[in-house]
Amino acid sequence: MTKKIDLEESFLYDRHVLEYIHRASEHGLYDIRGLGAKRRVPNFDDLVFLTASASRYPLEGYREKCLTRTVLGTRRAKKPITLDIPITIAGMSFGSLSANVKEAIGRAASDVGTSTTTGDGGMTREERASSKTLVYQCLPSRYGFNPQDLRQADAIEMVIGQGAKPGGGGMLLGLKVSPRVAQMRTLPEGIDQRSACRHPDWTGPDDLTIKINELREITDWQIPIYVKLGATRVRDDVKLAVKAGADVVVVDGMQGGTAATQQVFIEHAGIPTLPAVRQAVEALDEMDVLGEVQLVVSGGIRTGADVAKALALGADAVSLGQAVLMALGCNSPSYFDGQQSVDVSDEYAKLGTGPGYCHHCQTGLCPVGVTTQIPELETRLQPEWGARRLKNYLQTLTMELTTLARACGKSNVHHLEREDLVALTVEAAAMAKLPLAGTDWIPGDAPIRES
Amino acid sequence: MESIALASVDLQELSVRQLNHYLHHEIGSKSLSRIEILNPNGLHNIAVGMDAPAQVDVRGHAGYFLGGMNRQARIVVHGNVGWSVAENMMSGEVRVKGFASQCAGASAHGGLLFIEGSASSRCGISLKGGDIVVGGHVGHMSAFMAQAGHLVVCGDAGAGLGDSLYEAVIYIRGKIHSLGADAREEPMAESDYATVGQLLSRAELEWSPREFKRVASARTLYHWNVDADQEY
Repeated sequence: MTKKIDLEESFLYDRHVLEYIHRASEHGLYDIRGLGAKRRVPNFDDLVFLTASASRYPLEGYREKCLTRTVLGTRRAKKPITLDIPITIAGMSFGSLSANVKEAIGRAASDVGTSTTTGDGGMTREERASSKTLVYQCLPSRYGFNPQDLRQADAIEMVIGQGAKPGGGGMLLGLKVSPRVAQMRTLPEGIDQRSACRHPDWTGPDDLTIKINELREITDWQIPIYVKLGATRVRDDVKLAVKAGADVVVVDGMQGGTAATQQVFIEHAGIPTLPAVRQAVEALDEMDVLGEVQLVVSGGIRTGADVAKALALGADAVSLGQAVLMALGCNSPSYFDGQQSVDVSDEYAKLGTGPGYCHHCQTGLCPVGVTTQIPELETRLQPEWGARRLKNYLQTLTMELTTLARACGKSNVHHLEREDLVALTVEAAAMAKLPLAGTDWIPGDAPIRES
Repeated sequence: MESIALASVDLQELSVRQLNHYLHHEIGSKSLSRIEILNPNGLHNIAVGMDAPAQVDVRGHAGYFLGGMNRQARIVVHGNVGWSVAENMMSGEVRVKGFASQCAGASAHGGLLFIEGSASSRCGISLKGGDIVVGGHVGHMSAFMAQAGHLVVCGDAGAGLGDSLYEAVIYIRGKIHSLGADAREEPMAESDYATVGQLLSRAELEWSPREFKRVASARTLYHWNVDADQEY
């Protein structure tokens, strides 16, 4: 007779772990993939709003004004960035994405009055032409980085880390290093490109101060300088970024995406966005620069509710990456050829996956033409169509954001506050330092009793 | 900002901000071909972001990022420089009469950086097409991840020379403490002698190109390699 334990799956060595060990034993190489963490971590879904009732009064959801205007870079730049909404587009490289996608993103961002950001690989003419407000990243690789493009930018983002791989450099496998990508990055075509994790010309926060001043000098102190951090030691890192002179600090939590990196990095490095926002706000508060240095939060922002919660926790704006790609069709079973939807489930299957599960950005074989450099795949995403989809998505997020803000009685989304939120789980309560719903208890916040 | 009418700028009297504003916006309109900077006293970010065919003479020692992102200008430092001289230079020339600290010529896309003395570690790191000539020695990890261009070293090199090189080529006259991952010595071809000769000539150095060795990428790290030693 078969005993139950004979068919009991091990908790420690479940089917996922067994498959991992068997695969590692077969190939001797770690997995590289795209997008972000797949495991569940405490996130904004673990928070809810205490919208108005008898003790607070709401604003009329469809008639009364709720402002979304957002200004970034007020600390030292002569020309801060003014956006119509507090939802920005994160840095994603030409190379990981096609030129059509970069153009679609630029058009949509311009239509809704927000900014988009370059990435590892430099600024393409398509994205500069299509983006009203473009943030130019200064990355460790410095691929395609040059003073002409620097002076065309509306802001500069000094990238120290990325939520999906804090402490790691970029990666672009050979299939995506096309002639144009290779030329822009000064690399041989088709190589498996691994970019640097440290900047080539400065090390440490004291040097960063001088580097930021160099960029300000070159741009004549006109445009804001952001510093982007992968969320690890957030409190210390935010303070060092502020001390180094950042106008804006961008904190990217571990749910943030990537075009390609080691899976072990994606799932096991960095802290979730939820505690990262709280620590970043505390750091700014402790340095007495709240309101002077703006905070942008990214890493797993998907919905208008996520945006509202990030703002209530103290962020000035959020930044979206993966969700933008999904709005453009990432993980959709079909693409639109201009007249009709074309099913590509079989192409997902060839990658060993299916729509809804795909994370194979690293291959460059994106069935819907988003993360590719192959011309016939790239044409599957036409800029006009993509821009329309992304504009719709960003509009939806904004409507959801203002809906929640009005329900909390706020006439400006930036008036959302911590007091408007409670947590649904003990973990989220502890990480966000919010009371557990229905209680006054904030885990870890109670005074230590003397025995 | 008050306009500076003189071709000689004293940094004891004016700030680096005033100097750079002048270099960015006024030398073109004044058609100046030569500017002298006095009392640099180790200040950072001197003459960064220039984009004019002028000659700038810096009379003394400069700090970090001297001549950063230079285009067109010829900048001569009559002294030593701190970190990352001529970083991300696009074209033109930066000449250091003394010594250079770390990361000299980092990520330079073009132009010529000539250091008459020695350069510290990571000289030519991430080089992207610029040329660097060092009259003396270079420190460890020089030309780390250098992608294109040339590093000519007339003296010795510290540990890890040319680690993770792409297509940049190093020419070295002296001893190599050790080569970095994927870097190897290769035979000199006639085209290599010609390249070295041309760069030495531009730097006004009289060494014979025949005394130089070539170090380039073995290209074993260009693609993922299961059997690569993880210690490299």
